[in-house]
Order: sequence, then C-alpha cells, then structure tokens
Amino acid sequence: MRVEKRDSHENSVGVVRTRYFTFSGFKLESGEELSPVVLAYEAYGALNEKRSNAILILHALSGDAHAAGVHKRENNPGWWDSMIGPGKAFDTNKYFIICSNVLGGCKGSTGPSSLNPKTGKSYGLDFPVVSIGDMVNAQKRLIDHFGIEKLLSVVGGSMGGMQVLSWLVKYPDKINSIIPIATAIKHSPQQIAFDEVGRQAIMADPDWKSGNYYEGLPPSRGLSIARMIGHITYMSDASMAEKFGRQKKNNAQNYKFTADFEVEGYLRYRGDNFVKRFDANSYLYITKAMDNFDASEGKSLQEALAGVKVKALVIAFKSDWLYPAYQSKEIVKAFKLSGVEATYCEIDSTYGHDAFLLEVKEETNLISHFLKKVFYKYEVTDNYEI
Amino acid sequence: MRYEYIRLDHRLILELVNPRSSILDLGCGTGELLYTLIKEKNVHGQGIEIDEQAIYKCVKKGLNVFHGDIDSGLAEYKDKSFDYVILNQSLQQIRHVDKVLQDALRVGKKVIVGFPNFAHYKSRLQIFFQGRTPVTGALPYHWYETPNLHFLSISDFVTYCRSKKINIEKSLYLNEKRTITLLPNLFAQAGVFLVSE
Repeated sequence: MRVEKRDSHENSVGVVRTRYFTFSGFKLESGEELSPVVLAYEAYGALNEKRSNAILILHALSGDAHAAGVHKRENNPGWWDSMIGPGKAFDTNKYFIICSNVLGGCKGSTGPSSLNPKTGKSYGLDFPVVSIGDMVNAQKRLIDHFGIEKLLSVVGGSMGGMQVLSWLVKYPDKINSIIPIATAIKHSPQQIAFDEVGRQAIMADPDWKSGNYYEGLPPSRGLSIARMIGHITYMSDASMAEKFGRQKKNNAQNYKFTADFEVEGYLRYRGDNFVKRFDANSYLYITKAMDNFDASEGKSLQEALAGVKVKALVIAFKSDWLYPAYQSKEIVKAFKLSGVEATYCEIDSTYGHDAFLLEVKEETNLISHFLKKVFYKYEVTDNYEI
Repeated sequence: MRYEYIRLDHRLILELVNPRSSILDLGCGTGELLYTLIKEKNVHGQGIEIDEQAIYKCVKKGLNVFHGDIDSGLAEYKDKSFDYVILNQSLQQIRHVDKVLQDALRVGKKVIVGFPNFAHYKSRLQIFFQGRTPVTGALPYHWYETPNLHFLSISDFVTYCRSKKINIEKSLYLNEKRTITLLPNLFAQAGVFLVSE
C-alpha cells in the first residue's frame, strides 16, 4: 500500500479558476425559499457535442469546488487532484468534470456566512435549515444550466456519497451511473454522536455568540476542536500508529499539558489550519444535514429504486470505522433486491475513512474501467489479455 | 474469442445455459467463465468473489461483481432472482455447502455445479499405493495449502442430490481434454451438474 506522489505539473488540469452560478426562487425541502442562491463550481475537460460525457463530483464535509488543478499564484492542488486530470481515473481528455461547493458551504456557495439580502448582514442562524436533498436540487440547477440531459456519472465519498445516493433516488433518469464511496444510506447513532460533539464544541465557544460572530472574532477554539475530533475519526488505529507512534515532538518541554506527542501537535495543527478556511456555522448546518439524511426518505431503499436503470460502483475500505463497510453493504443489498446493476469492492486499506482520498491506485483501477464501460455502453470489454 | 480456446468445463457450462438468461456466478474468480458466457450467450451476469485482486480483474473485463463471501452474499437475494446460479470449482471451498446449495436452489431457477472428482482413478492409486493424500491435475494442492474444505466424488454428489430430493437434470463428466461417459466416478476428473428443486 502506498500514497501516490502528488504531481501537480504532470497530468494536471493546470491552472483553474472557480466560477459562480446564480439563480433565484429556490425552494428548500423544508418549504422555505432561498433567494438568490450562488453555487461556486469548477469544471475541467470539455463537454462533448452530445453532452454525454459529464461527470459530477461531490465533495465531503470540509471539501469545496476546487477538486483539481491549481489556482493562479497558489500552489494548492485540488482535493482530488490525484484522481482528476489527463489520463487519470477521471480522465479529462475524455470526460467533462464538474464539482460545486455545497449549498450551506462557505467556499463561494450560499451559506450562513453569505449576506442576507433582507438585512445586508451575514445570515448566521437566520440561514434556513438545508438538507442533502437541497444540495442535490441546487446541483441539478447547475447541470440544467449546462444543458446536460443526463450525467455520465455522479461520484463522491463520505458526504459526497450521500449526495450520490440522493441523486439516485431523486433523479434516476438524469444519471447513467453512480459511484458512492465510503458512505451510508443514513447515519448511525455513532456517526450522529461524533457530529454532535463537534457541534457542541463550536456552540460552547463564547465567541460563537449564537452564530452572530461575523463582525467579531470567529469561534476558532470550538471549530478547531470539532475538526480535531473529525480527524481522529478519519484515521485508523493502525494509520495513527504508523504516522505518529508515541513519538514526542523535538521541542517537547516539560510544561504541563503542552502538545508533547506528535499526534497532539498534528491535531492542533489541523484544527488551527481549518479555522482559517472554514466557517463554524457552515460546519453546524452541514453536519446536521448529514445526520438528518436518509437516502430513501423513510421508505426502504430497494422500494425507492424499483425499476431504476443506473449502473453502480460501490467502494468501501476495510479499516474505515467511521463509515464501516457494512454500511456500503447495505447499499449493495438494496441494489441486489431492486435489480440495480452493481459492483462492490472493499479495498484492503489501513488509512481509515481518509482512504477514499489516498488509495489512488486501487480506486483508479476500479473507476477508470467502470466509467469506460458506462461511457462506451458495452456489456463486457472486447478483448483482454488472457 | 476462439471457441477451442475456452476451457472444457466452461464450454460444457456454456452449452447448458440458454441465451440471454440471467446468471449469478458464485466464486467467479477473475471472471473468465462469466466473461465467456456474456460474450458467447449474451447472458446478463453477476459475480460474487472473495479475493480483492480478482475483483480488479473482473472490473477490468467490464463485469459486475460483488466483493464478499458466497455464504452471506447469496442469502440477500429474493427467490428465483436468476435463471441460473453457478458454483463452478467453488463448492468444495465453501464452509456451509448444504446451506449454500439450498440457497442457490432458492435464488436460481436452476443451479449448475462443477467440482473436482476425488474418486478419480489417479487419486485412488495415489491413496492406495503411496498412502498419501492425492495431488493431481484436478486437485493440485498439497494437504497443507489446499483451499478445499470438502473432498467429494461424483457418486457423493449424486447420492446427496437423491437424499435431498434435488432433481439432476443433466450431468456431464470430463477429464482435461474430453468428456467422459464410461464409469465417470472412476475416469472423470470433474463433474458438471445441472440441478433444480
């Protein structure tokens, strides 16, 4: 097992920029209306004449529209740069890739930190409750804007996978295939519990001020702790042991309760970094949307999928204890019972939930061949080496 | 694919299935049989396989396959979900053979079972003259490394079907190169059975 080297020059989509799509009169599942709505998005590759090569990539809790390439004068490759580009799993020579920041987010799309047109101030907690279904409905508007009748595939890990399942249930006629990765039909009590601790950490921060912090200091300590908890759940016992061991930091001094161990320093660093790029209220809204999510909307998933003609590739990871493989198997079971054509692979990884960002070689193996099959519409490949 | 290049047991199975039928291949390995069936008979195929590396090879061929063990992968299906459930060279490696066979008969309208014949004369000779567990073309593993959990003969399987009132619709016997009709329990290295409830 290895982490592929990230090479931002070779096989990269190059310099990219985030674009913005604005629409109005957006009805939320709660019945409330949100207007205007902005979706930040990026797109790579070229849409073909038939508009049949478009793939929608859906990001996880803390992700954004910047999935591949680099921004001008910056060095940060997109969050799935190892998978998107010429010759990669999502081959931009063949496919047109779209990734948008979710509704409720804080990286360019409308969310609690956006200006409320009624008050001229940030929404804060006046921002309406949004659901995974709302995120998907907003993405549908973006896809319509591109004039895309039917997506070749919708793909995502973790919360991105939830959006994939929501697309499947809401718009089965608008997609040819789905790739849900390390995800669940709905959150288990354990997953809700971790999210709740994160939310409580934010709300316990005196700087949170019931969400009205945009003119003062943000609740950095609370958000940082929420992120630290998150990172623990994204890794595995084995990956932590391998990465940190019980190694102490070089400059460890004997003050009480300083970050002596490498792992402590790592978590603090991750937490501190996160608060620079993420809005605490968005964290509250988005984690709540995940907890409330139920792909089948109360019914059993196989009932919701009766007659659906979509091909599926379901991927899980052995050491992922936040979204354990049994949750992916529940998705597969619903496909078996409803007759959805599917493939399932449980990749033997030690990276925990983070594996969906790291197991590039294995995912590429599965995804590139699966997409080819869907794109060229064949039952099996013509030839293979015997 | 040139027909004569297809493995003999696969060729026999190919002739047992109707074109455009639906097939579940339990323990499909790298998917060669399933691939052949789809290519030659336009069947609709699904595989189940435990080995991760084999899954990658199946996906590369364009096959639909579920990563998992046969015992639990089968139970989730509704009755008569497939025209055929195939257990080729996997029966002897399943822990709960009886349970899986009953489930296969429930999930499939018909079941195709192929397995190595432990009572082939070469095995008998090795046991008799050397007093050792046989290692033959059809049973290539030493006792300490074999994935096989069960060792059965053609007669064993026929007796089993009779006792469980499983209907044997067709039975075919083969060695490496050709089919066998004379004294199969002695001269066949493998048997392929088409059975139903």
